[in-house]
Amino acid sequence: MISCKNLYKSFDGRTILHDISVEFKTGCTNLIIGRSGSGKTVLLKCLVGLHEPEKGEIFFDDLSFTNLSFSERKEIRKNIGMIFQGGALLDSSTVFENVKLPLDLFTNQSEKEKRERVEFCLERVKLSDAQKLYPSELSGGMIKRAAIARAIVLNPKYLFCDEPNSGLDPQTSIIIDELIHNITKEYNITTIINTHDMNSVMEIGEKIIFIHQGKKWWEGSNDIILNSDNKELNDFVFASAMAKRAKSMLK
Amino acid sequence: MIEQILTATGKYFILMRKVFSKPEKFPIYHTRIYAEIVSLGINSIPLTAIISIFIGAVITLQMSISLQNPFIPQYLIGYATRETMTLEFSSTVVALILAGKVGSNIASEIGTMRITEQIDALEVMGINSASYLILPKIVATVCSFPFLSMLSMIIGIVGGYIIAAFTGIMIPDDYLEGLKYCFVMWEITYSLIKMAVFAFIITSISAFCGYYAKGNSLEVGRSSTTAVVASSITIMIFNLILTQLMLT
Repeated sequence: MISCKNLYKSFDGRTILHDISVEFKTGCTNLIIGRSGSGKTVLLKCLVGLHEPEKGEIFFDDLSFTNLSFSERKEIRKNIGMIFQGGALLDSSTVFENVKLPLDLFTNQSEKEKRERVEFCLERVKLSDAQKLYPSELSGGMIKRAAIARAIVLNPKYLFCDEPNSGLDPQTSIIIDELIHNITKEYNITTIINTHDMNSVMEIGEKIIFIHQGKKWWEGSNDIILNSDNKELNDFVFASAMAKRAKSMLK
Repeated sequence: MIEQILTATGKYFILMRKVFSKPEKFPIYHTRIYAEIVSLGINSIPLTAIISIFIGAVITLQMSISLQNPFIPQYLIGYATRETMTLEFSSTVVALILAGKVGSNIASEIGTMRITEQIDALEVMGINSASYLILPKIVATVCSFPFLSMLSMIIGIVGGYIIAAFTGIMIPDDYLEGLKYCFVMWEITYSLIKMAVFAFIITSISAFCGYYAKGNSLEVGRSSTTAVVASSITIMIFNLILTQLMLT
């Protein structure tokens, strides 16, 4: 479980996150949704320690992440997998080397064991044929899948995904969503996904946090999101003409 | 302006502390150091060789024109070429050339990694990104650049010999005699030490500029330019300091 209490973050005097308190459950896909610039990515980066919050506390299970030293945080980070918006694979390394990197640095496994683990993870994301390719030779969907393989190679307890579907076609987006959802269930991971893809919200949003103007505006799940009477949430969820028509048909 | 320089200097030393903290695993660093030696050192040999051979030849030509006097012995042309190549060209000028080639390469590589979140990805994995990315580059250049300097001396002097032999501006034996005249081994050592210091300056400053790049590709370009300018100025300052300390 990951939680944060009364989180504040500002840049150059501009408050981005305002008193965010939320709990992300283990073994389910937690979604952070909101408009562009609402503070979703800043919240995610605060949670993984890439940004330091001005006020508030972050907990990984019972450990207060905010009060830990650099070396103690490093230990927690070995249990974190993160999928960045652009994949963030190392350009100078092949897919195989990218996935193998955390094993090289943090395990004492033999080369054979590492190879087997990397091959297993690449098979899991259906990228076995792309082991020797460089990131520049991959499609958008393949980059995301390689990033997922790298994120899960150390069997993480926590998985963070920053807009995993951005720039992907609807079919590939569904594949990526299913993959993340299945991995979450299979390994009982605490997964936090930052998205504004409504299909993801409806398909895998077991717990949803709606961020608006840097504040937690709404909290719920995909079962109740369509029936919410929160105006800002409805404006976001039913922004497209198609969604509006679907809503009127449902009524 | 002064505040900006002081802030940047402070950030530079904080980054260097991170760079020289204990690496995660030494074998990984070994592999990366060898790769960087090839990428930053060995790949710079052609440029260094081409520039050195022409500069050596030009110095010999210029000296032969300037020293055309029956009272000045011809071997002084060889002596002047050797002194110019060993004391200043093979270290300082080659370092300035490498600041352009290697420095911009390092700043743009690390800057691109910053803006494409590759550095963030390393940090989230629990890897000390500064040490993982920068330390192998510093070790590689500090070890390989003095060899480039040595190569530059040899090739430059050979360039001078070739021009002396093929144009007939002087007797080649006089040139060879000049090379041996008043030879002081310390001058070579001084030059190699200078090059090692310059290698550290080029790599660390360029890496610093790239590591703190923000925004988009435009900023990466800017950080690359800043890296070359800042390294070149620092090289000139340290050239003066080291010469004062080591040669006087």
